[in-house]
Amino acid sequence: MFSDSEAEARITDSRRRSDTPPDGAPSGPLASKWTRHKDTSKLISPANRRKYTIIVVGSGLAGAAAAATLSEQGYNVKCFCYQDSPRRAHSIAAQGGINAAKNYHNDGDSVHRLFYETIKGGDFRAREANVHRLAEVSALIIDQCVAQGVPFAREYGGLLANRSFGGTQVSRTFYAAGQTGQQLLLGAYQALSKEISNGGVKMYSRTEMLDLVTVDGHAKGVVVRDMVTGKISSHAGDAVLLCTGGYGNVFYLSTNAKGCNVTATWRAHKRGAYFANPCYTQIHPTCIPVSGAYQSKLTLMSESLRNDGRCWVPKRKEDCGKPPASIAEEDRDYYLERKYPSFGNLAPRDIASRAAKEQCDDGRGVGPGGLGVYLDFADSIKRLGRKAIEERYGNLFQMYEQITGENAYEQPMRIFPAVHYTMGGLWVDYNLMSNIPGLHVLGEANFSDHGANRLGASALMQGLADGYFVIPATLPNYLATQKPGAVSERDADFKRVEAEVNERTSKLLSINGKRSADSFHRELGLLIWDKCGMARTKEGLTEALRKIPALREEFWSNLRVPGSGDQFNPQLELAGRVADFLEFGELLCNDALQREESCGGHFRSEYQDEGEARRDDDQFSYVAAWEYTGDLSRPKLHKEWLEYQEVHFSTRSYR
Amino acid sequence: MAVQKTSLDLTLKIWRQAGPDAAGRFETHEAKGIPDSASFLEMLDIVNERIITEGGDPVAFDHDCREGICGMCSLVINGMPHGPNRGVTTCQLHMRSFRSGDTIWIEPFRANAFPVIRDLAVDRRAFDRIVQAGGYVSVRTGSAPEANGLPVPKQDADAAFTAAACIGCGACVAACKNASAMLFVSAKVTHLNLLPQGKPEAQKRALSMVRAMDAEGFGNCTNQYECEAVCPKSISADYIRKLNRDYRNSSLADIAG
Ligand SMILES: Cc1cc2nc3c(=O)[nH]c(=O)nc-3n(C[C@H](O)[C@H](O)[C@H](O)COP(=O)(O)OP(=O)(O)OC[C@H]3O[C@@H](n4cnc5c(N)ncnc54)[C@H](O)[C@@H]3O)c2cc1C
Ligand code: FES
Repeated sequence: MFSDSEAEARITDSRRRSDTPPDGAPSGPLASKWTRHKDTSKLISPANRRKYTIIVVGSGLAGAAAAATLSEQGYNVKCFCYQDSPRRAHSIAAQGGINAAKNYHNDGDSVHRLFYETIKGGDFRAREANVHRLAEVSALIIDQCVAQGVPFAREYGGLLANRSFGGTQVSRTFYAAGQTGQQLLLGAYQALSKEISNGGVKMYSRTEMLDLVTVDGHAKGVVVRDMVTGKISSHAGDAVLLCTGGYGNVFYLSTNAKGCNVTATWRAHKRGAYFANPCYTQIHPTCIPVSGAYQSKLTLMSESLRNDGRCWVPKRKEDCGKPPASIAEEDRDYYLERKYPSFGNLAPRDIASRAAKEQCDDGRGVGPGGLGVYLDFADSIKRLGRKAIEERYGNLFQMYEQITGENAYEQPMRIFPAVHYTMGGLWVDYNLMSNIPGLHVLGEANFSDHGANRLGASALMQGLADGYFVIPATLPNYLATQKPGAVSERDADFKRVEAEVNERTSKLLSINGKRSADSFHRELGLLIWDKCGMARTKEGLTEALRKIPALREEFWSNLRVPGSGDQFNPQLELAGRVADFLEFGELLCNDALQREESCGGHFRSEYQDEGEARRDDDQFSYVAAWEYTGDLSRPKLHKEWLEYQEVHFSTRSYR
Repeated sequence: MAVQKTSLDLTLKIWRQAGPDAAGRFETHEAKGIPDSASFLEMLDIVNERIITEGGDPVAFDHDCREGICGMCSLVINGMPHGPNRGVTTCQLHMRSFRSGDTIWIEPFRANAFPVIRDLAVDRRAFDRIVQAGGYVSVRTGSAPEANGLPVPKQDADAAFTAAACIGCGACVAACKNASAMLFVSAKVTHLNLLPQGKPEAQKRALSMVRAMDAEGFGNCTNQYECEAVCPKSISADYIRKLNRDYRNSSLADIAG
């Protein structure tokens, strides 16, 4: 912990001089930065807006909200997604809820409190000004969604209901049963549909962005593939917004949808955009475990289960194969209650996840492959009755039974941690613009608001904040410097990138080897999960960094992509995404290797004090922004040192 | 805990069709040793993996979330959209619902308004165009009043949510002998028209969405309610009855106005 004067001294320390572009936030008091920024931001006159074309890649919460709002303001918008409809973006799967500092419960919540908890939850690795803005606009999001007809849960008096989520002491989470993401996305999708029918947005579904086009160093368009006809073409615009979600599928198994990918952001990275903090990945403790080698994805079960379930494994390895009911109470290890007596089963996500892994590493895991722990409701059922548990978690127990064929009222659930969210992403400034002028990045695709770890119910908030309220105010700062319509798809820069994309696609199709794209993806995922998952070591990361290039080499010589490029070809789409994951995986491990500390979702086994993460603010309180150098094994590190005006570093402790 | 491993040997009759205008046919595949804990789509992954390594042409099908919420997966399995189990999508169906030795017929969702793209994947953009015709509340970002300014009776909010749970998969259309989209349309109209925020445009919404549905080539509803039986979200056919009433009223108002 540092005092004000110490913090001041550290900022002027020459060692801590940032070499990223300026973050662009105005100086002065934190709480009024956003207002001042809006007041001094450039405006585009309504008559001129229609002359600007904005390319929005992605139709999740961030993309749909941005596309709809910019179109309402009069800009010409082109929006792209890879699904058959914008309504199917991965945001649809979010369950738990969305935070907002409305303080409807009069329980002491405020913009400041939400801001502070987000910074602290992010383990002091997020940018203060961005996070404060997020907390400020959170309340507006709820107003907007309600006006669109999002059917949030309500109390008997007709007012909006809230719950406390993820261990917070205030009730600020708005929800729609266990389908909050679905309802918020449908709200944004309907707003987008309204603008499509007004002619302001042209929607391109089943269209995948395969590259970014820069003209004189500015992002001016994208090259895309029509996934139905296979046609590769360009779209020119005055600015490009990437809202393409997270990269969790680099681990192969994750709670993300199968199509989630890093292609858009990775291609932009290879065109010059800095990739920030890729090693910050969030692992969720309560997912349904892997049941076999054919497993294609993992399913999240709401964390709320830990309110009434107790985590345990057998004390003795030889008991692991026995039916749980036959294991006597004294032979069970309720490891979370034992290790963290004050938080017990409600220990934070990263701690609960690592503790489960430790038990399994110790050979005391249960279920297939020994990769699971029990989450037992027997005591709660005894205390509250089966009916109460059914009311609270009925749908989750049902989902569990569908997937595993087991009845969790009668035997304990088996759970295991899974990759869930990625805090890293493309580096952006306060305007959400990357270091490539004109390229803006929103939602999970950017790095900006969650530091090293994200609080529950804050990703939906950030996606919608970026799309509805931030980008509409900040984009004109860039547009005002640009003459609209200055570039066209016919320009040489577009033709060159198109040719490169065509060449790459032909190459994928012509290798004609023996292995499927999926088999490479699985192999990569296992390696990354093993060496760069819940716990990382220098040794393991070094090994991964040796193996990834070799796997990539095999990919490019032994891949088999059936079919042709001019048809609907899911195998070709997959191959392109896996090719990018095989490159990105190396950057992920490099980032984890350089960060010789443990913070948030990044745990380096060498840096701990008896299991507690050891953060090193002196050496590592920076954003790691990586530049592509042309050599995948030698990315260049730029540092944005984090300077805190309002908060002081403190250490988390859950013992 | 001892986990029983059971595996199935199956005969699959899979619809193959090169493109929208090509003729289709069933192709037979033997799927051996399929773990009963695998999902239906994982079973197809296993089949495809083998086809690829043997140098063949894998089966194209749509999917994304694989947890029953995005509405991307489809498939008619043994004549039933989303397969034999009620209240689940194809991606949530697991192989333990089948027996070793079974023959399974796998087809795309069929409807004139859903042309086949390839094999089992179809084009459902007609649903998007129906929503564009009025499935929204016309509110600009930033112009919303304070969220708690207008209380909404809990029962209305809950009922609206139940209708809004539709995932837009199109199973209702595939199940209907007239390929009607009334369940889809009525669910959206019900969701928005129940809420005070959706009331100002209620009549116009019902009218334009039904007209858009007709224009897309979906059939008429003749009250068979096969749609309700296959809906993975158990959306109620009562909404159709309600929509029919709203539609009649709106049409009258339209004529009068
Ligand atoms: C199971 C689950 C539950 C969750 N629950 C919660 C929760 O309760 N609360 C919470 O706050 N957060 C939750 N999250 C996190 C949250 O859902 C996501 O972080 C957030 O929705 C991401 O939104 P987005 O708009 O950034 O991206 P996405 O919704 O992922 O959208 C990405 C868009 O980009 C498009 N796209 C991607 N690549 C390309 C390309 N190359 N070309 C063209 N288009 C492309 C896609 O088609 C899609 O439209 C959950 C996540 C998961 C996985
Ligand atoms: S794949 Fe999303 S609902 Fe089946």
